[in-house]
Amino acid sequence: MTPDSSPAGGGQFGEPAVRRRVRIQTGPPPGSRPKTNGAGAGPAALEPVFDVRNVSLSYGSTPAVERITLKIYRNMVTAIIGPSGCGKTTFLRCLNRMNDSIPGFGIDGELLYHGHDVYGSRVNRVEVRRRIGMVFQKPNPFAKSIYDNVAWAPRNLGLKSGLDGRVERALRDTALWDEVKDRLKASALGLSGGQQQRLCIARAIAIEPDVLLLDEPASALDPIATAAIEELMHVLKRRYTIVIVTHNMQQAARVADRTAFFSLDTAGGKRVGTLIEYDDTERIFTNPRDPRTRDYVTGRFG
Amino acid sequence: MSDLFDPTQPLTATGNLRRREAVNRLASGGARAAALLAVAVLGVVVYSVAQRGAGSLSLSFLIKPPPLFGGPGGGIGPEIVGTIILVALATAIAMPLGVLVALYVTEFAGRRSGRVIRAALDLMQGFPSVIVGLLIFGLLVAGTGQSGYAGSIALAIIMLPLIARSSQEVILLVPGSLREAADALGVSRWRTIRGVVLPAALGGILTGTILAVGRAAGETAPLIFCDSIFNASAFSTNLFAANHAIPNIPFEIFTLSEQADPSSFSRAWGAALVLLGLILVANFAARALLAHSRRRHAG
Repeated sequence: MTPDSSPAGGGQFGEPAVRRRVRIQTGPPPGSRPKTNGAGAGPAALEPVFDVRNVSLSYGSTPAVERITLKIYRNMVTAIIGPSGCGKTTFLRCLNRMNDSIPGFGIDGELLYHGHDVYGSRVNRVEVRRRIGMVFQKPNPFAKSIYDNVAWAPRNLGLKSGLDGRVERALRDTALWDEVKDRLKASALGLSGGQQQRLCIARAIAIEPDVLLLDEPASALDPIATAAIEELMHVLKRRYTIVIVTHNMQQAARVADRTAFFSLDTAGGKRVGTLIEYDDTERIFTNPRDPRTRDYVTGRFG
Repeated sequence: MSDLFDPTQPLTATGNLRRREAVNRLASGGARAAALLAVAVLGVVVYSVAQRGAGSLSLSFLIKPPPLFGGPGGGIGPEIVGTIILVALATAIAMPLGVLVALYVTEFAGRRSGRVIRAALDLMQGFPSVIVGLLIFGLLVAGTGQSGYAGSIALAIIMLPLIARSSQEVILLVPGSLREAADALGVSRWRTIRGVVLPAALGGILTGTILAVGRAAGETAPLIFCDSIFNASAFSTNLFAANHAIPNIPFEIFTLSEQADPSSFSRAWGAALVLLGLILVANFAARALLAHSRRRHAG
C-alpha cells in the first residue's frame, strides 16, 4: 500500500526532508522540554537530541553515506536498519566521532547535538564520547575484573565517591547483578558472551551518558541473551536516548520507537548509502511510504 | 560428474598429490632441522661454558675480589655486584624511554614520522657496540675519566632500540576493540594507554626488556672504553662518581682471557658461567613477576 506521493525512484532525500520540515513546524519551540514522551508518543512531544542536516560521510575519495537528514529524539529508541554495506555503522559511529581515528574519514554537512556542532572546531572529542557512549558489535570487556570493568571509567572521570554503589547500580540496570555479585573480583573474560555484552552496556552506563549508541549489540548472541538485551533497552530508554543499528528487523520492530531505513544507492556507478525512509517504527513496518522500504521489511529485496 | 577426476575411484593419491606431498615433507623437515640446530647450538654453548667454568665455581669465587696483582686465587665478587648495578641503571634508563618511544610510534605518531622513527630504531639496533662505546667515551669519559654511569648510558643506548621495537610489536597486538571501548567511555588517551593498553602488552614488553638485559649484561666493547680502569685495591660501586669505574663481569672475562696463566682461563670460564646464570635468574624473576601481576590485575 503505497501512500499518495513517492514517484517511483524519485527523491529519496526530498521526500523525508519534506516530512521533516512539517515536523519542525509542529514540534516544540527550541529549548522547551517535553512533559511526557512514552513510546510512540506523537511528534508534538519530541525533543531532538541529534539534528542531522545533510550529512555525507566518506573514506578518502570513497563516499560511504550521502546526504542524511534526520532527527533523533530524546528518551526514544531509534533503530537504523538496512542491508550490509549501506553505511549504518559508519553513520552511527560518526555521532560520537568514533570514526575520527580512521585515516581519510571525512564529514560534510551539519551534525548538531543539543544544538551544538559535534564537529565544531572547539569541540573536545573525549568530552563528546563522555556524553555519547557506545556499545560495539563484539563484546569487548577489558582484561580486568568484572568490578574494574565497570569502575574503570568512573574512576578516570573523577567519579570516585560512592563507586561501589555506582557499579552495583550499573550492574543491576543491566540485570547482571544477581549473576555476578558473588564474583565481582573474577575476570570479566570468564563471563558468557551475553553476560559480557551486558557488562559492556553496564560499563557504558556507569558514567551516566546522555546517549547510548549500540552497534548491532546482539548480533553475536543467542536468542535468550538477545531477549535480555532487548528487555534492557525498554528500561534504559527511560533515562537514556538510544540509537541502535541492527540487521535484525524483528529486533527493530520490537525495541524501536522510530526506525530509519538506510539502503544503497547505486546511481552513477558508485554504491553509496542513503536514508530511504525515517518514521515511527510501526509505520515503517506496516505502511511504509517508499516501495524500497516495503520490499526490504517484507523480505522482498534484491 | 567432474571432468577433472573420476569420483568412483578408490581414495588414494591421484594427479600431482604425491609430488605435492614430497615438497611438503621437505619443507617441514627442513624447518624442524633448523629448529633443532638452533636448540643444539644453545645446548653446546651452555654445556661448554658450564663444563669449563664449573671447576672454578665456589663460594669464595662468588664473593671474593680478584687477586691484587694477577695470579691464581681470588674471585669475581665485585664484578658480579658491578654488573648488576650497571645493568640495573641501564635498564632504568632504557625501559621507560623505550616504552615511551614505542607508545609514540604506535599511539601518537602520524604515518610518516612513525615510519621514520621505526627506521631509526632499526638502524640503532644494528649499531656496532664499539661505536656506541666510542661515542660515550667522547661525550662523557674523555676529560672527566671513566665512570659507572658512562658505562650504564652506553648500555642503555644498546638496550633502547631492542626494548622500543619489541614493545612496539606487542602494543600493536593489543586489540583495537579494547582501545575503542576505552575511547567510547570518554576516557582520555593517556589514561587509556595506562589502564588498558600497557597492562595488555606488559608480558611482551617484559620479554623484550629481558632480551635487552641479556644483551647488555654481556656487552664488552663499550665498557672497555667507559668503565674498565679500576682501582683494584678500593673497588667502587658508586655509579655516579666521576673517575671511578665499576668492575664488571664482561671486562673481567676479557682481562682474564688475555692473561698467560692457565688458572685465569678457568676463572674466565667461571665468570662466563656466572654471567649466564645471572641472565637466567633475571629471566625467571621477570617471568614470576609477570605471572604475579597477571593474577592481580586480570584476576
